[in-house]
Amino acid sequence: MIALLKRDLLLSFRAGGGFGLGLAFFLLVAVLVPLGVGPESGVLATIAPGVLWVGALLACLLSLDRIFALDYEDGSLDLLATAPLPMEGVVALKAVAHWLVTGLALTLVSPLLAILLSLPPVAWPWLMLSLAIGTPALSVIGAFGAALTVGIRRGGLLLSLLVLPLYLPTLIFGAEVVRRGASGMALTTPLAALAAITAGSLALLPFAAAAAIRVNLR
Amino acid sequence: MQLSARVLPWLVGLTAVSLILGLGWGFFFTPDDYKQGATVKILFIHVPAAMMAINAWIMMLITSLIWVVRRHHVSALAARAAAPAGLVFTLIALVTGAFWGQPMWNTWWEWDPRLTSFLILCLFYLGYIALWSAIEDPDTAADLTAVLCVVGSVFALLSRYAVKFWNQGLHQDSTILKVGEKDPLDVAYYVPLVICILGFVLFFIMIVLLRTRMLIRARRLSVLQARERMA
Repeated sequence: MIALLKRDLLLSFRAGGGFGLGLAFFLLVAVLVPLGVGPESGVLATIAPGVLWVGALLACLLSLDRIFALDYEDGSLDLLATAPLPMEGVVALKAVAHWLVTGLALTLVSPLLAILLSLPPVAWPWLMLSLAIGTPALSVIGAFGAALTVGIRRGGLLLSLLVLPLYLPTLIFGAEVVRRGASGMALTTPLAALAAITAGSLALLPFAAAAAIRVNLR
Repeated sequence: MQLSARVLPWLVGLTAVSLILGLGWGFFFTPDDYKQGATVKILFIHVPAAMMAINAWIMMLITSLIWVVRRHHVSALAARAAAPAGLVFTLIALVTGAFWGQPMWNTWWEWDPRLTSFLILCLFYLGYIALWSAIEDPDTAADLTAVLCVVGSVFALLSRYAVKFWNQGLHQDSTILKVGEKDPLDVAYYVPLVICILGFVLFFIMIVLLRTRMLIRARRLSVLQARERMA
């Protein structure tokens, strides 16, 4: 298990692994939006929670097809299917690896981008917290989408069409946490809902994803 | 196939009768609303279409589950057949809603929970149909779309509650089941509305039967072609 995690992490850090890509994309979103919307800090501060969350979501989406596609092509997924580790575990581990590379990294750099979008400093801890709680859900939902489309050549576009609607509840609650944090309102409800979505998808979606992979390997 | 062939003509007739009766009654023989004027008659398309948009997804969920459990091929094809119909019902509900909202709320679109949930439902239909058409092997496609349908149902429900939480609504609640409470739907509207709903349900069943038969024939055809090539 640990070996698989290590292998996935190494692959993503090495050349062509797309580790930097997601972060660069996230940064680009935070640069593009002020350029498009205009530099008034009041406007930027109101849209910052949503923009940052949408940026994180798209940055996650960018590297999803890598979760299974490469392993499917070179046959290592078949090997993993025959390994003693159940497919559900493989899926969960791959989602965790994806999260460590994208979600965690995004969470750590998010305060920097919050400065760019002039989000008030009171909201920074809430931004980091909501991303830290919410992005694992993005990774595991994404792993499910990737498992569905792994057998389709050039399935990247289809993958985003399938996964983005599934991301909506996470996005809504995540951005709501930051928005409420910025204006100092009570935020236990969205935070709890966000945590519930993450916990629920972590617990259940690996089974659905593993079923999809078994179908694809048939 | 035999049963559906025998049922279909009757079904087409019944659908036509109830739709003509319901819509005709609704459009020409109901009074104008004292506040909304003639626009209230959009009700007779809007409400049944919205109901069928949700019911079509539920039917797809059930047939997908039957496919997963019993491996009955017709069941998977029925789910596939229902998806475009459901998508069209969703679009009808959205578009008629926009036409209704323009004079009443003075806006074509509002990020109201009900409207937003329907837009999201529309996206789910699109993804489902796209996944079906992207996979060549029919059994793989049936399996994967069934999984997507089940997971999608859960997330569609989640989105519904998330969206409700996210924004307070402009859209009124459903009044169909509120007979006897205050502010009920007037009887003058109620009867034609029920006939319209019946018409839309029959119409949906008819479309699903037609499209399932079409898909079954397409499957048989491809099997014949494959045999031809083998021989």
